[in-house]
Amino acid sequence: MTGIARLVLQRLGLGLVTLLIVSVLIFWSVELLPGDAAQEILGQSATPETVAALRHQLNLDQPPMTRYTHWLQAMAHGDFGTSIANGLPVSKLISERLGNTLFLAAFAGIIAVPLALMLGILAALLRNSLFDRAASIFTLTAISFPEFFVAYILILFLSVKLGLFPSISNITPSTDFAERIYRSFLPALALTLAITAHIMRMTRAALINLFSLPYIEMARLKGASQGRVVMVHALRNALAPIVNVVVLNLAYLVTGVVIVEVVFVYPGFGRLLVDSVSKRDVPVVQAICLIISMTYILLNLFADIVSIVSNPRLMHAK
Amino acid sequence: MASLIRTVKGMPPTALFGAAVIAIYVLVAVFAPLLAPYSEREVVGDQYLQWSAQHWLGTDNLGRDMLTRLIFGARNTLAIAFFATALAFVIGTVTGLLAATLGGVVDQVLSRVVDIIMAVPGLIFILLLLTIFGTGIVTLIAVIAVLDSTRVFRLARAVAFGIVAMDYVEAARVRGEGLLWIMRREILPNAAAPLVAEFGMRFCFVFLTIAALSFLGLGIQPPLADWGSMVRENATLITFGDITPLLPAAAIALLTVAVNFVVDWILHKVSGMKD
Repeated sequence: MTGIARLVLQRLGLGLVTLLIVSVLIFWSVELLPGDAAQEILGQSATPETVAALRHQLNLDQPPMTRYTHWLQAMAHGDFGTSIANGLPVSKLISERLGNTLFLAAFAGIIAVPLALMLGILAALLRNSLFDRAASIFTLTAISFPEFFVAYILILFLSVKLGLFPSISNITPSTDFAERIYRSFLPALALTLAITAHIMRMTRAALINLFSLPYIEMARLKGASQGRVVMVHALRNALAPIVNVVVLNLAYLVTGVVIVEVVFVYPGFGRLLVDSVSKRDVPVVQAICLIISMTYILLNLFADIVSIVSNPRLMHAK
Repeated sequence: MASLIRTVKGMPPTALFGAAVIAIYVLVAVFAPLLAPYSEREVVGDQYLQWSAQHWLGTDNLGRDMLTRLIFGARNTLAIAFFATALAFVIGTVTGLLAATLGGVVDQVLSRVVDIIMAVPGLIFILLLLTIFGTGIVTLIAVIAVLDSTRVFRLARAVAFGIVAMDYVEAARVRGEGLLWIMRREILPNAAAPLVAEFGMRFCFVFLTIAALSFLGLGIQPPLADWGSMVRENATLITFGDITPLLPAAAIALLTVAVNFVVDWILHKVSGMKD
Protein backbone atom coordinates (compact mmCIF):
# COMPACT_ATOMS: atom_id res chain seq x y z
CA MET A 1 0.00 0.00 0.00
CA THR A 2 1.38 3.39 -0.89
CA GLY A 3 1.79 6.14 1.65
CA ILE A 4 -0.99 8.21 0.15
CA ALA A 5 -3.59 5.45 0.27
CA ARG A 6 -2.75 4.70 3.88
CA LEU A 7 -3.00 8.37 4.88
CA VAL A 8 -6.32 8.75 3.09
CA LEU A 9 -7.71 5.60 4.71
CA GLN A 10 -6.52 6.76 8.12
CA ARG A 11 -8.22 10.09 7.63
CA LEU A 12 -11.45 8.42 6.46
CA GLY A 13 -11.44 6.17 9.51
CA LEU A 14 -10.91 9.14 11.80
CA GLY A 15 -13.75 10.98 10.09
CA LEU A 16 -16.05 8.02 10.63
CA VAL A 17 -15.17 7.84 14.32
CA THR A 18 -15.80 11.60 14.67
CA LEU A 19 -19.19 11.19 12.99
CA LEU A 20 -20.12 8.42 15.41
CA ILE A 21 -19.05 10.35 18.48
CA VAL A 22 -20.88 13.46 17.31
CA SER A 23 -24.04 11.39 16.79
CA VAL A 24 -23.72 10.09 20.36
CA LEU A 25 -23.21 13.66 21.56
CA ILE A 26 -26.30 14.96 19.76
CA PHE A 27 -28.33 12.03 21.01
CA TRP A 28 -27.12 12.25 24.60
CA SER A 29 -27.53 16.01 24.81
CA VAL A 30 -31.10 15.40 25.98
CA GLU A 31 -29.73 13.44 28.93
CA LEU A 32 -27.86 16.53 30.11
CA LEU A 33 -31.11 17.84 31.52
CA PRO A 34 -31.30 17.55 35.26
CA GLY A 35 -34.23 15.33 36.24
CA ASP A 36 -36.80 14.28 33.72
CA ALA A 37 -36.31 15.54 30.14
CA ALA A 38 -40.00 15.32 29.26
CA GLN A 39 -41.02 17.32 32.35
CA GLU A 40 -38.34 19.89 31.65
CA ILE A 41 -39.44 20.38 28.03
CA LEU A 42 -43.15 20.63 28.83
CA GLY A 43 -42.70 22.95 31.81
CA GLN A 44 -44.21 22.97 35.30
CA SER A 45 -47.84 23.21 34.20
CA ALA A 46 -47.86 19.91 32.27
CA THR A 47 -50.19 17.16 33.49
CA PRO A 48 -48.64 13.79 34.46
CA GLU A 49 -50.40 12.19 31.45
CA THR A 50 -48.82 14.49 28.85
CA VAL A 51 -45.43 14.02 30.51
CA ALA A 52 -45.87 10.24 30.34
CA ALA A 53 -46.96 10.50 26.71
CA LEU A 54 -43.91 12.57 25.78
CA ARG A 55 -41.64 10.19 27.69
CA HIS A 56 -43.06 7.39 25.59
CA GLN A 57 -42.76 9.40 22.38
CA LEU A 58 -39.11 10.22 23.09
CA ASN A 59 -38.66 6.58 24.18
CA LEU A 60 -37.36 7.82 27.52
CA ASP A 61 -38.94 4.77 29.17
CA GLN A 62 -36.31 2.51 27.60
CA PRO A 63 -32.64 2.10 28.57
CA PRO A 64 -30.33 4.69 26.91
CA MET A 65 -28.19 2.21 24.97
CA THR A 66 -31.22 0.56 23.33
CA ARG A 67 -32.58 3.99 22.53
CA TYR A 68 -29.37 5.13 20.94
CA THR A 69 -29.01 2.07 18.67
CA HIS A 70 -32.66 2.33 17.67
CA TRP A 71 -32.29 6.02 16.97
CA LEU A 72 -29.14 5.52 14.88
CA GLN A 73 -30.71 2.65 12.93
CA ALA A 74 -33.83 4.68 12.22
CA MET A 75 -31.73 7.70 11.15
CA ALA A 76 -29.73 5.54 8.76
CA HIS A 77 -33.01 4.43 7.17
CA GLY A 78 -34.21 8.02 6.81
CA ASP A 79 -36.68 7.79 9.69
CA PHE A 80 -36.07 10.80 11.92
CA GLY A 81 -38.97 10.25 14.30
CA THR A 82 -41.97 12.50 14.78
CA SER A 83 -42.08 16.16 15.71
CA ILE A 84 -43.27 16.97 19.23
CA ALA A 85 -44.83 20.24 18.09
CA ASN A 86 -47.17 18.97 15.36
CA GLY A 87 -46.89 15.17 15.28
CA LEU A 88 -45.69 15.07 11.66
CA PRO A 89 -42.82 12.79 10.61
CA VAL A 90 -39.57 14.79 10.84
CA SER A 91 -38.35 13.42 7.50
CA LYS A 92 -41.41 14.95 5.82
CA LEU A 93 -40.77 18.35 7.45
CA ILE A 94 -37.13 18.30 6.44
CA SER A 95 -37.03 16.82 2.93
CA GLU A 96 -38.51 19.68 0.91
CA ARG A 97 -36.76 22.37 2.92
CA LEU A 98 -33.42 20.63 2.62
CA GLY A 99 -33.69 20.91 -1.17
CA ASN A 100 -34.45 24.63 -0.91
CA THR A 101 -31.48 25.24 1.38
CA LEU A 102 -29.11 23.28 -0.86
CA PHE A 103 -30.34 25.31 -3.82
CA LEU A 104 -29.62 28.57 -2.02
CA ALA A 105 -26.18 27.43 -0.82
CA ALA A 106 -25.25 26.19 -4.31
CA PHE A 107 -26.45 29.45 -5.86
CA ALA A 108 -24.26 31.50 -3.51
CA GLY A 109 -21.29 29.13 -3.81
CA ILE A 110 -21.25 29.12 -7.61
CA ILE A 111 -20.97 32.91 -7.71
CA ALA A 112 -18.77 33.42 -4.66
CA VAL A 113 -16.01 30.84 -5.09
CA PRO A 114 -14.64 31.79 -8.55
CA LEU A 115 -15.12 35.50 -7.82
CA ALA A 116 -13.31 35.34 -4.48
CA LEU A 117 -10.43 33.26 -5.86
CA MET A 118 -9.88 35.72 -8.71
CA LEU A 119 -10.00 38.74 -6.42
CA GLY A 120 -7.75 37.03 -3.86
CA ILE A 121 -5.09 36.15 -6.44
CA LEU A 122 -5.28 39.67 -7.85
CA ALA A 123 -4.87 41.23 -4.39
CA ALA A 124 -1.85 39.01 -3.68
CA LEU A 125 -0.21 39.95 -7.00
CA LEU A 126 -0.92 43.66 -6.62
CA ARG A 127 0.14 43.62 -2.99
CA ASN A 128 0.06 47.03 -1.25
CA SER A 129 -1.46 48.65 -4.34
CA LEU A 130 -4.57 50.82 -4.13
CA PHE A 131 -6.70 47.82 -5.19
CA ASP A 132 -5.21 45.65 -2.46
CA ARG A 133 -5.82 48.27 0.22
CA ALA A 134 -9.38 48.91 -0.91
CA ALA A 135 -10.03 45.17 -1.04
CA SER A 136 -8.58 44.70 2.43
CA ILE A 137 -10.80 47.41 3.92
CA PHE A 138 -13.82 45.99 2.09
CA THR A 139 -13.22 42.44 3.30
CA LEU A 140 -12.51 43.49 6.89
CA THR A 141 -15.77 45.45 6.95
CA ALA A 142 -17.77 42.66 5.35
CA ILE A 143 -16.45 40.18 7.92
CA SER A 144 -17.29 42.51 10.80
CA PHE A 145 -20.89 43.07 9.70
CA PRO A 146 -23.57 40.81 11.12
CA GLU A 147 -25.25 38.83 8.31
CA PHE A 148 -28.65 40.32 9.04
CA PHE A 149 -27.26 43.85 8.66
CA VAL A 150 -25.97 43.10 5.16
CA ALA A 151 -29.23 41.36 4.32
CA TYR A 152 -31.39 44.30 5.42
CA ILE A 153 -29.20 46.81 3.60
CA LEU A 154 -29.73 44.77 0.42
CA ILE A 155 -33.48 44.76 1.07
CA LEU A 156 -33.51 48.51 1.70
CA PHE A 157 -31.71 49.41 -1.52
CA LEU A 158 -32.43 46.67 -4.05
CA SER A 159 -35.95 45.87 -2.96
CA VAL A 160 -37.56 48.88 -1.27
CA LYS A 161 -35.81 51.79 -3.01
CA LEU A 162 -35.19 50.32 -6.47
CA GLY A 163 -37.86 47.63 -6.50
CA LEU A 164 -35.59 45.22 -8.41
CA PHE A 165 -36.05 42.08 -6.33
CA PRO A 166 -38.68 40.81 -3.87
CA SER A 167 -37.72 41.17 -0.20
CA ILE A 168 -39.50 37.94 0.68
CA SER A 169 -38.41 34.74 -1.06
CA ASN A 170 -41.74 33.04 -1.55
CA ILE A 171 -40.77 29.66 -2.97
CA THR A 172 -43.13 26.70 -3.38
CA PRO A 173 -42.49 23.32 -5.05
CA SER A 174 -44.34 24.58 -8.14
CA THR A 175 -42.06 27.64 -8.62
CA ASP A 176 -40.14 27.18 -11.89
CA PHE A 177 -36.36 27.49 -12.12
CA ALA A 178 -36.04 31.04 -13.51
CA GLU A 179 -38.56 32.36 -10.99
CA ARG A 180 -36.73 30.49 -8.22
CA ILE A 181 -33.44 32.20 -9.14
CA TYR A 182 -35.15 35.59 -9.26
CA ARG A 183 -36.86 35.15 -5.90
CA SER A 184 -33.79 33.79 -4.13
CA PHE A 185 -31.41 36.34 -5.63
CA LEU A 186 -31.20 38.63 -2.59
CA PRO A 187 -30.54 35.87 -0.01
CA ALA A 188 -27.94 34.37 -2.35
CA LEU A 189 -26.29 37.78 -2.74
CA ALA A 190 -26.16 38.29 1.04
CA LEU A 191 -24.44 34.92 1.48
CA THR A 192 -22.12 35.60 -1.45
CA LEU A 193 -20.89 38.85 0.11
CA ALA A 194 -20.11 37.11 3.40
CA ILE A 195 -18.12 34.19 2.01
CA THR A 196 -16.42 36.13 -0.78
CA ALA A 197 -14.76 38.33 1.83
CA HIS A 198 -13.52 35.33 3.83
CA ILE A 199 -12.22 33.30 0.88
CA MET A 200 -10.55 36.33 -0.66
CA ARG A 201 -8.73 37.29 2.54
CA MET A 202 -7.44 33.80 3.12
CA THR A 203 -6.45 33.18 -0.52
CA ARG A 204 -4.47 36.38 -0.47
CA ALA A 205 -2.70 35.41 2.76
CA ALA A 206 -1.87 31.91 1.47
CA LEU A 207 -0.41 33.25 -1.78
CA ILE A 208 1.58 36.03 -0.13
CA ASN A 209 3.15 33.41 2.12
CA LEU A 210 4.14 31.38 -0.92
CA PHE A 211 5.45 34.33 -2.90
CA SER A 212 8.04 34.95 -0.20
CA LEU A 213 9.56 31.47 -0.61
CA PRO A 214 12.96 31.13 -2.34
CA TYR A 215 11.74 28.82 -5.12
CA ILE A 216 9.37 31.52 -6.40
CA GLU A 217 12.22 34.01 -6.45
CA MET A 218 14.26 31.40 -8.33
CA ALA A 219 11.49 31.05 -10.93
CA ARG A 220 11.36 34.83 -11.33
CA LEU A 221 15.15 35.09 -11.60
CA LYS A 222 15.35 32.49 -14.33
CA GLY A 223 12.93 34.68 -16.31
CA ALA A 224 9.59 32.91 -16.01
CA SER A 225 6.66 35.15 -16.90
CA GLN A 226 4.34 36.43 -14.20
CA GLY A 227 1.55 34.17 -15.46
CA ARG A 228 3.78 31.10 -15.37
CA VAL A 229 5.04 31.90 -11.88
CA VAL A 230 1.47 32.12 -10.62
CA MET A 231 -0.14 29.26 -12.53
CA VAL A 232 2.67 26.70 -12.56
CA HIS A 233 4.80 27.47 -9.52
CA ALA A 234 2.62 29.17 -6.94
CA LEU A 235 -0.91 27.85 -7.45
CA ARG A 236 0.02 24.18 -7.26
CA ASN A 237 1.43 24.55 -3.80
CA ALA A 238 -1.30 26.95 -2.78
CA LEU A 239 -3.94 24.42 -3.82
CA ALA A 240 -4.19 22.67 -0.47
CA PRO A 241 -4.66 25.81 1.63
CA ILE A 242 -7.06 27.30 -0.93
CA VAL A 243 -9.21 24.16 -1.12
CA ASN A 244 -9.25 24.20 2.66
CA VAL A 245 -10.45 27.80 2.70
CA VAL A 246 -13.14 27.16 0.10
CA VAL A 247 -14.45 24.07 1.88
CA LEU A 248 -14.40 25.81 5.26
CA ASN A 249 -16.52 28.56 3.77
CA LEU A 250 -18.92 26.15 2.14
CA ALA A 251 -19.25 24.58 5.57
CA TYR A 252 -19.83 28.06 6.94
CA LEU A 253 -22.61 28.50 4.38
CA VAL A 254 -24.46 25.67 6.09
CA THR A 255 -24.77 27.75 9.27
CA GLY A 256 -24.77 31.25 7.73
CA VAL A 257 -27.83 30.23 5.81
CA VAL A 258 -29.87 30.10 9.05
CA ILE A 259 -29.91 33.87 9.57
CA VAL A 260 -30.29 34.78 5.92
CA GLU A 261 -33.25 32.42 5.63
CA VAL A 262 -34.94 34.07 8.60
CA VAL A 263 -34.45 37.58 7.14
CA PHE A 264 -35.85 36.70 3.73
CA VAL A 265 -38.51 34.31 5.08
CA TYR A 266 -36.91 31.71 2.81
CA PRO A 267 -38.53 28.27 3.23
CA GLY A 268 -35.29 26.42 3.97
CA PHE A 269 -34.34 24.25 6.85
CA GLY A 270 -32.41 26.85 8.76
CA ARG A 271 -35.72 28.54 9.48
CA LEU A 272 -37.23 25.21 10.45
CA LEU A 273 -34.33 24.79 12.89
CA VAL A 274 -34.89 28.20 14.50
CA ASP A 275 -38.63 27.60 14.82
CA SER A 276 -38.00 24.18 16.34
CA VAL A 277 -35.49 25.56 18.84
CA SER A 278 -38.00 28.10 20.14
CA LYS A 279 -40.66 25.36 20.38
CA ARG A 280 -38.08 23.05 21.98
CA ASP A 281 -39.01 20.40 19.45
CA VAL A 282 -36.14 18.05 20.30
CA PRO A 283 -36.50 15.38 17.54
CA VAL A 284 -36.52 17.99 14.76
CA VAL A 285 -33.55 19.87 16.23
CA GLN A 286 -31.60 16.63 16.70
CA ALA A 287 -32.25 15.53 13.12
CA ILE A 288 -31.26 18.89 11.62
CA CYS A 289 -28.18 19.17 13.83
CA LEU A 290 -27.13 15.67 12.81
CA ILE A 291 -27.53 16.42 9.09
CA ILE A 292 -25.69 19.75 9.32
CA SER A 293 -22.87 18.28 11.43
CA MET A 294 -22.51 15.38 9.01
CA THR A 295 -22.25 17.75 6.05
CA TYR A 296 -19.73 19.85 7.95
CA ILE A 297 -17.57 16.89 8.96
CA LEU A 298 -17.68 15.37 5.47
CA LEU A 299 -16.69 18.69 3.89
CA ASN A 300 -13.73 19.01 6.25
CA LEU A 301 -12.78 15.41 5.55
CA PHE A 302 -12.86 16.16 1.84
CA ALA A 303 -10.58 19.19 2.32
CA ASP A 304 -8.10 17.11 4.32
CA ILE A 305 -8.02 14.40 1.68
CA VAL A 306 -7.48 16.95 -1.10
CA SER A 307 -4.55 18.42 0.77
CA ILE A 308 -3.05 14.95 1.28
CA VAL A 309 -3.53 13.97 -2.37
CA SER A 310 -2.28 17.29 -3.76
CA ASN A 311 0.95 17.10 -1.78
CA PRO A 312 3.55 16.04 -4.35
CA ARG A 313 5.95 14.91 -1.63
CA LEU A 314 3.62 12.02 -0.81
CA MET A 315 3.27 10.89 -4.43
CA HIS A 316 6.35 8.71 -4.42
CA ALA A 317 6.72 5.98 -1.86
CA LYS A 318 10.01 6.19 -0.06
CA MET B 1 0.41 58.76 31.45
CA ALA B 2 3.33 59.84 29.31
CA SER B 3 3.69 56.35 27.88
CA LEU B 4 -0.03 56.30 27.15
CA ILE B 5 0.27 59.49 25.14
CA ARG B 6 3.25 58.07 23.27
CA THR B 7 1.29 54.91 22.43
CA VAL B 8 -1.66 56.93 21.18
CA LYS B 9 0.62 59.07 19.00
CA GLY B 10 2.18 55.96 17.46
CA MET B 11 -1.16 54.46 16.46
CA PRO B 12 -2.17 54.40 12.80
CA PRO B 13 -5.44 56.27 12.03
CA THR B 14 -7.47 53.05 11.80
CA ALA B 15 -6.38 51.85 15.26
CA LEU B 16 -6.94 55.33 16.70
CA PHE B 17 -10.45 55.37 15.26
CA GLY B 18 -11.08 51.89 16.66
CA ALA B 19 -9.85 52.80 20.12
CA ALA B 20 -11.98 55.97 20.16
CA VAL B 21 -15.11 54.04 19.14
CA ILE B 22 -14.53 51.41 21.83
CA ALA B 23 -14.03 54.12 24.46
CA ILE B 24 -17.30 55.82 23.48
CA TYR B 25 -19.23 52.53 23.58
CA VAL B 26 -17.89 51.73 27.04
CA LEU B 27 -18.81 55.19 28.33
CA VAL B 28 -22.32 54.90 26.88
CA ALA B 29 -22.73 51.44 28.39
CA VAL B 30 -21.55 52.53 31.83
CA PHE B 31 -23.54 55.76 31.99
CA ALA B 32 -26.64 54.48 30.15
CA PRO B 33 -29.20 55.51 32.81
CA LEU B 34 -27.81 59.07 32.87
CA LEU B 35 -27.65 59.48 29.10
CA ALA B 36 -30.97 57.92 28.13
CA PRO B 37 -33.91 60.35 27.96
CA TYR B 38 -36.46 57.73 29.14
CA SER B 39 -36.28 54.41 30.95
CA GLU B 40 -35.63 51.08 29.26
CA ARG B 41 -39.10 49.53 29.54
CA GLU B 42 -41.26 52.67 29.60
CA VAL B 43 -43.95 53.02 26.92
CA VAL B 44 -43.73 56.70 25.97
CA GLY B 45 -46.04 57.10 23.00
CA ASP B 46 -47.69 55.44 20.01
CA GLN B 47 -46.03 52.65 18.05
CA TYR B 48 -43.56 53.48 15.30
CA LEU B 49 -43.53 57.28 15.77
CA GLN B 50 -41.35 59.24 13.33
CA TRP B 51 -38.14 60.97 14.40
CA SER B 52 -38.98 64.11 16.38
CA ALA B 53 -37.64 66.47 19.05
CA GLN B 54 -39.19 64.38 21.86
CA HIS B 55 -38.12 61.06 20.37
CA TRP B 56 -34.95 61.62 18.38
CA LEU B 57 -35.13 58.20 16.74
CA GLY B 58 -38.90 57.70 17.04
CA THR B 59 -40.52 54.83 18.91
CA ASP B 60 -40.44 51.06 18.47
CA ASN B 61 -43.09 48.37 17.91
CA LEU B 62 -44.43 48.79 21.47
CA GLY B 63 -44.13 52.58 21.66
CA ARG B 64 -40.84 52.66 23.58
CA ASP B 65 -38.22 55.33 22.83
CA MET B 66 -35.74 54.00 20.25
CA LEU B 67 -32.78 56.13 21.36
CA THR B 68 -33.24 54.97 24.96
CA ARG B 69 -33.41 51.33 23.86
CA LEU B 70 -30.30 51.83 21.73
CA ILE B 71 -28.36 53.25 24.70
CA PHE B 72 -29.49 50.52 27.10
CA GLY B 73 -28.83 48.00 24.34
CA ALA B 74 -25.15 48.96 24.45
CA ARG B 75 -25.10 48.13 28.14
CA ASN B 76 -26.88 44.74 27.91
CA THR B 77 -25.26 43.51 24.72
CA LEU B 78 -21.72 44.57 25.66
CA ALA B 79 -21.94 43.29 29.22
CA ILE B 80 -23.24 39.86 28.23
CA ALA B 81 -20.70 39.48 25.41
CA PHE B 82 -17.91 40.58 27.74
CA PHE B 83 -18.85 38.12 30.49
CA ALA B 84 -19.21 35.26 28.03
CA THR B 85 -15.80 36.00 26.49
CA ALA B 86 -14.16 36.41 29.90
CA LEU B 87 -15.60 33.11 31.11
CA ALA B 88 -14.47 31.41 27.89
CA PHE B 89 -10.96 32.71 28.56
CA VAL B 90 -10.90 31.53 32.15
CA ILE B 91 -12.03 28.02 31.14
CA GLY B 92 -9.87 27.87 28.01
CA THR B 93 -6.71 29.24 29.60
CA VAL B 94 -6.88 27.04 32.70
CA THR B 95 -7.53 23.84 30.73
CA GLY B 96 -5.03 24.82 28.03
CA LEU B 97 -2.24 25.49 30.55
CA LEU B 98 -3.12 22.29 32.43
CA ALA B 99 -2.90 20.27 29.21
CA ALA B 100 0.48 21.77 28.34
CA THR B 101 1.98 21.53 31.84
CA LEU B 102 0.79 18.04 32.71
CA GLY B 103 0.93 16.55 29.21
CA GLY B 104 0.28 12.83 28.83
CA VAL B 105 -3.19 11.48 29.50
CA VAL B 106 -4.65 14.83 30.67
CA ASP B 107 -3.52 16.51 27.46
CA GLN B 108 -4.83 13.66 25.30
CA VAL B 109 -8.27 13.61 26.94
CA LEU B 110 -8.74 17.39 26.89
CA SER B 111 -7.53 17.70 23.31
CA ARG B 112 -9.82 14.94 22.01
CA VAL B 113 -12.84 16.47 23.78
CA VAL B 114 -12.03 19.81 22.15
CA ASP B 115 -11.60 18.13 18.74
CA ILE B 116 -15.06 16.61 19.00
CA ILE B 117 -16.73 19.85 20.09
CA MET B 118 -15.04 21.72 17.24
CA ALA B 119 -16.17 19.10 14.71
CA VAL B 120 -19.72 20.46 15.06
CA PRO B 121 -20.44 23.93 13.67
CA GLY B 122 -20.65 26.38 16.60
CA LEU B 123 -24.03 27.98 15.94
CA ILE B 124 -25.63 24.55 15.48
CA PHE B 125 -24.22 23.32 18.78
CA ILE B 126 -25.45 26.43 20.56
CA LEU B 127 -28.94 26.00 19.08
CA LEU B 128 -29.00 22.35 20.18
CA LEU B 129 -28.00 23.27 23.75
CA LEU B 130 -30.50 26.15 23.89
CA THR B 131 -33.27 23.74 22.84
CA ILE B 132 -32.41 21.52 25.75
CA PHE B 133 -31.72 24.08 28.45
CA GLY B 134 -34.16 26.74 27.28
CA THR B 135 -33.27 30.37 26.64
CA GLY B 136 -32.06 32.71 29.36
CA ILE B 137 -29.11 35.00 30.04
CA VAL B 138 -27.24 32.62 32.35
CA THR B 139 -27.70 29.67 29.96
CA LEU B 140 -26.66 31.88 27.05
CA ILE B 141 -23.44 33.01 28.73
CA ALA B 142 -22.58 29.49 29.94
CA VAL B 143 -23.24 27.77 26.60
CA ILE B 144 -21.32 30.31 24.54
CA ALA B 145 -18.43 30.43 27.02
CA VAL B 146 -18.02 26.64 27.10
CA LEU B 147 -18.13 26.27 23.31
CA ASP B 148 -15.90 29.25 22.66
CA SER B 149 -13.36 28.16 25.28
CA THR B 150 -12.30 25.38 22.87
CA ARG B 151 -10.58 27.94 20.64
CA VAL B 152 -8.91 29.60 23.63
CA PHE B 153 -7.83 26.14 24.81
CA ARG B 154 -6.06 25.42 21.51
CA LEU B 155 -4.22 28.74 21.56
CA ALA B 156 -3.29 28.61 25.25
CA ARG B 157 -2.08 25.02 24.90
CA ALA B 158 0.01 25.77 21.81
CA VAL B 159 1.61 28.86 23.37
CA ALA B 160 2.22 27.15 26.71
CA PHE B 161 3.87 24.14 25.07
CA GLY B 162 6.66 26.42 23.89
CA ILE B 163 7.08 27.85 27.37
CA VAL B 164 6.97 24.56 29.30
CA ALA B 165 10.14 23.48 27.51
CA MET B 166 12.05 26.50 28.90
CA ASP B 167 14.77 26.07 31.51
CA TYR B 168 13.15 28.41 34.03
CA VAL B 169 10.07 26.19 34.15
CA GLU B 170 12.29 23.17 34.70
CA ALA B 171 14.09 25.12 37.42
CA ALA B 172 10.78 25.90 39.14
CA ARG B 173 9.85 22.22 38.98
CA VAL B 174 13.16 21.14 40.47
CA ARG B 175 12.71 23.78 43.19
CA GLY B 176 9.55 21.88 44.08
CA GLU B 177 7.00 24.56 43.17
CA GLY B 178 3.39 23.39 42.89
CA LEU B 179 1.50 23.01 39.64
CA LEU B 180 -0.68 26.09 40.18
CA TRP B 181 2.32 28.24 41.07
CA ILE B 182 4.12 27.21 37.90
CA MET B 183 1.07 27.85 35.77
CA ARG B 184 0.35 31.24 37.30
CA ARG B 185 3.83 32.63 37.87
CA GLU B 186 5.99 31.05 35.16
CA ILE B 187 3.74 30.27 32.20
CA LEU B 188 0.82 32.69 32.25
CA PRO B 189 2.83 35.95 32.19
CA ASN B 190 4.76 34.72 29.15
CA ALA B 191 1.62 33.57 27.34
CA ALA B 192 -0.28 36.79 28.04
CA ALA B 193 0.47 38.78 24.84
CA PRO B 194 -1.05 36.39 22.26
CA LEU B 195 -3.96 35.71 24.61
CA VAL B 196 -4.78 39.43 24.88
CA ALA B 197 -4.87 39.84 21.08
CA GLU B 198 -7.04 36.73 20.88
CA PHE B 199 -9.40 38.23 23.46
CA GLY B 200 -10.31 41.03 21.06
CA MET B 201 -11.06 38.61 18.23
CA ARG B 202 -13.03 36.22 20.43
CA PHE B 203 -15.01 39.16 21.82
CA CYS B 204 -16.03 40.17 18.29
CA PHE B 205 -17.03 36.63 17.51
CA VAL B 206 -19.04 36.19 20.73
CA PHE B 207 -20.64 39.61 20.27
CA LEU B 208 -21.75 38.73 16.72
CA THR B 209 -23.00 35.32 17.85
CA ILE B 210 -25.11 36.85 20.62
CA ALA B 211 -26.44 39.49 18.23
CA ALA B 212 -27.36 36.75 15.75
CA LEU B 213 -29.05 34.63 18.43
CA SER B 214 -30.98 37.63 19.74
CA PHE B 215 -31.97 38.46 16.19
CA LEU B 216 -33.33 34.92 15.87
CA GLY B 217 -35.29 35.50 19.10
CA LEU B 218 -33.20 32.92 20.99
CA GLY B 219 -30.67 35.16 22.76
CA ILE B 220 -31.31 38.04 25.13
CA GLN B 221 -35.04 37.98 25.90
CA PRO B 222 -37.52 40.88 26.09
CA PRO B 223 -38.14 43.28 27.74
CA LEU B 224 -34.36 43.78 28.02
CA ALA B 225 -33.15 46.10 25.25
CA ASP B 226 -30.65 44.46 22.94
CA TRP B 227 -29.43 45.37 19.47
CA GLY B 228 -30.08 42.05 17.76
CA SER B 229 -33.68 41.76 18.93
CA MET B 230 -34.31 45.49 18.21
CA VAL B 231 -33.59 44.81 14.56
CA ARG B 232 -35.94 41.83 14.55
CA GLU B 233 -38.79 43.57 16.38
CA ASN B 234 -38.82 46.61 14.12
CA ALA B 235 -37.79 45.03 10.82
CA THR B 236 -41.15 45.77 9.16
CA LEU B 237 -40.19 49.48 9.12
CA ILE B 238 -37.47 48.70 6.58
CA THR B 239 -40.05 47.68 3.99
CA PHE B 240 -41.38 51.26 4.27
CA GLY B 241 -37.93 52.66 3.58
CA ASP B 242 -37.30 53.67 7.22
CA ILE B 243 -33.69 53.10 8.28
CA THR B 244 -34.27 53.25 12.06
CA PRO B 245 -34.15 49.44 12.59
CA LEU B 246 -30.77 49.39 10.83
CA LEU B 247 -29.22 51.68 13.47
CA PRO B 248 -28.74 48.94 16.11
CA ALA B 249 -27.31 46.68 13.39
CA ALA B 250 -24.96 49.49 12.36
CA ALA B 251 -23.96 49.91 16.02
CA ILE B 252 -22.98 46.21 16.11
CA ALA B 253 -21.07 46.50 12.84
CA LEU B 254 -19.22 49.67 13.93
CA LEU B 255 -18.03 48.06 17.17
CA THR B 256 -16.77 44.89 15.47
CA VAL B 257 -14.94 46.94 12.85
CA ALA B 258 -13.40 49.06 15.63
CA VAL B 259 -12.23 46.05 17.65
CA ASN B 260 -10.83 44.42 14.49
CA PHE B 261 -8.83 47.58 13.72
CA VAL B 262 -7.33 47.63 17.19
CA VAL B 263 -6.59 43.88 17.17
CA ASP B 264 -4.92 44.20 13.76
CA TRP B 265 -2.68 46.92 15.13
CA ILE B 266 -1.80 44.91 18.26
CA LEU B 267 -0.96 41.87 16.12
CA HIS B 268 1.31 43.97 13.90
CA LYS B 269 3.02 45.40 16.93
CA VAL B 270 3.48 42.01 18.61
CA SER B 271 4.67 40.20 15.50
CA GLY B 272 6.60 43.16 14.13
CA MET B 273 5.33 42.28 10.66
CA LYS B 274 4.45 44.82 8.01
CA ASP B 275 1.63 42.79 6.48
